[in-house]
Amino acid sequence: MEKQNTYISRLVAKKEGFAPGHRACLGCGEALAVRLACKALGDNVIIVNATGCMEIVSSQLPYTSWTVPWIHTLFENTAAVASGIEVGLKVMNRKGRRLLPNVKAVGMAGDGGTSDIGLQALSGALERGHNFLYLCFDNEAYMNTGIQRSSSTPYGASTTTSPAGKVSIGQVTWKKNMPAIAAAHDIPYVATACPSYFKDLITKVEKAVAIKGPAYIHILSVCPTGWRCAVDLTVRIGRLAVETGMFPLYEVENGKYKLSLDLPQLRPVTDYLKLQGRFRHLPEDVINKIQQRVNVEYAKLKEKAA
Amino acid sequence: MTTKKGMEVSVALGEAVKLANADVIAAYPITPQTHIVEHLAEIVADGELDAEFVLVESEHSAMSACLGSAAVGARTFTATAGPGLEYMHNVLYVVSSMQLPIVMAVTNRALSAPLSIWSDHSDAMSVRDTGWIQIFTENGQEVVDNILCAFRIAEDQRVLLPVMTHLDGFFLSHMIEPILLPEQSEVDQFLPPNQYPLPLNPNKPVTMGDFGPPIIYAETKWAQQVNLRAAKEVILEVWREFGERFGRYYIPVECHHCEDARVLLLTMGSMSETAMTAIDKMRGEGKNVGLIRLRLWRPFPFDEIRKAVKNAEVLIVLDRALSFGGPAGPVCSEIKAALYQQDKRPKIVSFVGGLGGRDMSVGGFEEIVSRGTEISKTGSSQEFEIFGVRG
Repeated sequence: MEKQNTYISRLVAKKEGFAPGHRACLGCGEALAVRLACKALGDNVIIVNATGCMEIVSSQLPYTSWTVPWIHTLFENTAAVASGIEVGLKVMNRKGRRLLPNVKAVGMAGDGGTSDIGLQALSGALERGHNFLYLCFDNEAYMNTGIQRSSSTPYGASTTTSPAGKVSIGQVTWKKNMPAIAAAHDIPYVATACPSYFKDLITKVEKAVAIKGPAYIHILSVCPTGWRCAVDLTVRIGRLAVETGMFPLYEVENGKYKLSLDLPQLRPVTDYLKLQGRFRHLPEDVINKIQQRVNVEYAKLKEKAA
Repeated sequence: MTTKKGMEVSVALGEAVKLANADVIAAYPITPQTHIVEHLAEIVADGELDAEFVLVESEHSAMSACLGSAAVGARTFTATAGPGLEYMHNVLYVVSSMQLPIVMAVTNRALSAPLSIWSDHSDAMSVRDTGWIQIFTENGQEVVDNILCAFRIAEDQRVLLPVMTHLDGFFLSHMIEPILLPEQSEVDQFLPPNQYPLPLNPNKPVTMGDFGPPIIYAETKWAQQVNLRAAKEVILEVWREFGERFGRYYIPVECHHCEDARVLLLTMGSMSETAMTAIDKMRGEGKNVGLIRLRLWRPFPFDEIRKAVKNAEVLIVLDRALSFGGPAGPVCSEIKAALYQQDKRPKIVSFVGGLGGRDMSVGGFEEIVSRGTEISKTGSSQEFEIFGVRG
């Protein structure tokens, strides 16, 4: 495995779509994920970026970190803008006005921009069957505005709007299952990924970008600032999220589930939780509750993939 | 040879979009805009127009999809009304600020609550500061002509701004009127293909929609203001050329006996034709009255308004919208602001009328003119009156 990690990077494209010099925080898992995704996307794309961390760190006038065409407009409409780009290119190609065949519109948004404020626009675009790819970079809260909870924040996490307190454990709702919502639209391709498994991420993005029709990839992006963890643990914590079953890696191709990494045995969730300040306050009974939930959910997923 | 045909104005509007050879239409159904998008859907389904019709799940996504298609250089159209326009409000600023030449028909509708599907100008007034060009129409022919002109103005390389063409819901959108549709070849000569200068393109990557820190934000906004003001010259030029080609001339402010009238009434939209009938009747009775019809609302035609009222003693402005807690109707407020610094200016009286589809009759306009003339002499404790309101 270690040997593979040393050599496999040589197989990755050298060209950066997301160039260095951006303003992301030290140890940002999302910047890493975007960088890897861009390597897989290649040049023939138009990126539509929601408001959020990646937009802010990459686009301050008059600078840009993007070497591919890129547009940001609002927080909530990423998928709708992407659908406009897709149909605009399609009709102009058909009419012979601007010949840009096989250009893919790619939406990028955080978990808030996807599972909360952008959900309606995304659902509409998935249902209409546009030929586009949507990447959700999930750092499990509104990090850009200062670590407020979203519907993608995990149970028990302390955020600035779901703070752990004398009578609260922090976030009291379970993480919204966004990949399942995407899959419920019966689109050709849905996957989860994490930059800690970078070859897996790249392969999935390459696969998704080549598919005709809507594709959705949900990418866990460790956020040391918001998760209150050490900046040199980004990749490690991403691995632990997968190894504990908190964030399993899988694909849903034409409705068929497939585990990308079939773990014979899950590590205890405490291995993942204990490295992060946002879970530090959790009592044992809550940790047990999380463990039980993970066991049940992982079993359900395995059953689907069987 | 083209001849006038009787048709519903919404249908004629759809035909104008077809004549303009739009590439992308993204729209969400809302009364009273529906006949426009239904007709366009039929045209596309029958292959009469080679366009992509995006059946979005909301007006917010309608304008967002339009934004995306305009950003890759496609000719883009949408239509909405009242609450739909409000729902896309957020996106409207982005579209004008990013200089994307989208054309939108707005069948003016009142805003809830109480729910009203009927016409007034609350929707149009609430978006007056979004940076769009706004043109008001008063009959079906004006609608058709000002959809064609809207594309030409929006896509002009000196402008590159979105345009709203307003038509009053039902009062105009659902009327059957004799309308002249120009020949396709004539339209093709008037309206060249859209050549958006810097579209999103992998062969020439651009970054669009950056964020602007305080050190640069104000400069971008000033540039936008200068651009919108300067667009007026292009609007005049396009209307002039349209007149030369098609024989129908448009100007920002239409004057009806402004030169010699002592009392002037100012209206916008479909009620202007009824107002004109009232004014003609009153003139027949020897009354010294006239009418101003305001067609161009943004950019505001300051010079034309000042010129139109220069001989008048009284100006009565009839707004079809309210500005709650404000000084008057929104149109009247702006007219007052435009005239305040003038050495000679008429007394200005503000009325609001025709809210939520309330009919404005010839008799009503006569009453407004006589009541307004009286108020100009006696003054009033009210900043404005809602004409005909009970209670």
